[in-house]
Amino acid sequence: MFWQEDLETMARPDLEKLQLKRLRATVDRLVDSPFYGPVLRERGIGRSSIGNLGDLSSLPFTRKTDLRDSYPMGLMIANRRDLVRLHASSGTTGKPTVVFYTKKDIDVWSDMIARCMAMVGVIPDDVFQNIVGYGLFTGGLGFHYGAEKLGVLTVPSATGRTTLQIELMKDFHVNAVHSTPSYALHLAEVARSSGLDPAEDLDLRIGMFGAEFWSDNTRPRLEAALGVDAFDSYGLSEMYGPGVAFECEERNGLHVWEDIFIAEVIDPKTGEQVGEGEKGELVLTTLVRDAMPLLRYRTGDITRILATDRCSCGRTHIRLEKFLGRTDDMLKIRGVNVFPSQIEHILMDIPELSENYQIELETRGLMDEITVVSEIGKDAFTGEVSDLMNLRQGVESIFASKIGLRIRVRFVEPGTIERSTGKAKRIIDRRKEE
Amino acid sequence: MVGVEQISVFLENKPGRLQHVTQKLGDAGVSIRAFVVAEAGEFGMIRVIVDNPVVALDTLRKEGFVCSRTEVLCVEIPDAPGELARLSLRLEKASVNIDYAYAFLTTTEKAIIVIKMDKTEEGLGALQGDYRILTAEEIQEL
Repeated sequence: MFWQEDLETMARPDLEKLQLKRLRATVDRLVDSPFYGPVLRERGIGRSSIGNLGDLSSLPFTRKTDLRDSYPMGLMIANRRDLVRLHASSGTTGKPTVVFYTKKDIDVWSDMIARCMAMVGVIPDDVFQNIVGYGLFTGGLGFHYGAEKLGVLTVPSATGRTTLQIELMKDFHVNAVHSTPSYALHLAEVARSSGLDPAEDLDLRIGMFGAEFWSDNTRPRLEAALGVDAFDSYGLSEMYGPGVAFECEERNGLHVWEDIFIAEVIDPKTGEQVGEGEKGELVLTTLVRDAMPLLRYRTGDITRILATDRCSCGRTHIRLEKFLGRTDDMLKIRGVNVFPSQIEHILMDIPELSENYQIELETRGLMDEITVVSEIGKDAFTGEVSDLMNLRQGVESIFASKIGLRIRVRFVEPGTIERSTGKAKRIIDRRKEE
Repeated sequence: MVGVEQISVFLENKPGRLQHVTQKLGDAGVSIRAFVVAEAGEFGMIRVIVDNPVVALDTLRKEGFVCSRTEVLCVEIPDAPGELARLSLRLEKASVNIDYAYAFLTTTEKAIIVIKMDKTEEGLGALQGDYRILTAEEIQEL
């Protein structure tokens, strides 16, 4: 189902014409802005300098540090009185990054979410439970407004109070949920321990999972645990929030809304666009943002452009491959680069292991050691020591061959690893600082 | 099932885990007839023969332990020199392997050997007649 069918299925030449028009308008607005003005002038870019979409590469990058450094309102270019909302991401180091929205921005963002929800099959007759944090985090209010715009009865249950969440799902016959994948699995675990099988006893049909990178092998687990079709949701607060890119019914890549963003994939080291279909860092330029347009924003997220042709779902907007992770999340172990999502992908393919795991990093002597701590699956335990030893050895040799790294595996009892209502804590880094 | 049910519980090899599992069984009124702890570095397991396996398993699963059931034979032998060797020989002749075994003493002059075999039925065949093989009811009565 479509929300804005004409825009979602627009032929590529028309879509690119629209992008060019909107990019020009964006640059025109930024030429005299306090942050971008000097940088653009330095590069000799003025009004109507953008002749075609290829000129995008002459524009400067914007980085997360630019948002932090311009705290609180340095990148905001709308009239202060037109602002209706702000969101902020917690700053673990230094100031938080803050994003501002005018009424027009909220409208665009809500349309993005409504498109995503309609795309995965949510209809106005459905009941939708939004199980993510409300407040400064964009996930709660962002999805909430989009769902309301689509006309879906929305249960703003936010996070926590797990047994109440399950009660709400049961009593209001909830059909669609939005949460982090790890909290969804935890919810299912709690439900089952109280004698309720979400796949059997609830009316769930659609699960939208984001704010964490999850692997393709996690999908069947989410689907079996909750009785849903699982869809990947991608977004970042710097680009409104969730809804930037989303899987369609094909579940082969995430459509990024190209009338709202221009997506590029670059080599994070050189800043050059990578070759067709190659992996790199996603860079996004906003095309219709009112309060806070951003040029070539370095998302730090690793993906590649999977397809640029019309999808079997009818949409023309390009598809990005399911994200591998964030450049910041990449672990460097004894010279080997590994994303936590690669480890998860391997773990979730082994039925004897549960969904609950953590990656521990330590320094032993002069070497970094990496250990995967995995809760042993309830059905997998045979009672034989040798079976567990074989399982451990099997997992370790898969890691060695697929990642090229000696990764130790340690089995722990169920319930050992801390459960989270939001983003799961997967990495425990105890390496000594250099 | 020809033998009795042994319950194995996965445990991390760290202080307090044995206490935790046995406490839960004790609280549920389950009496342990025999047990053995197997360890393999960072993890291990406790194997128990209890008076009431149904309650024991139910309790442990509710508490979130990972457990499994295994069929074993509880064989009564005289508490005297050479008896374990004689029993082992009998199984060897029947080509039955003892995967692991442990013993418990009762207040009588007999010992009871818990044996996990690769071929339980054959093992039973080899021992029946000469040895008393305890049933679940008899374990409960001990």
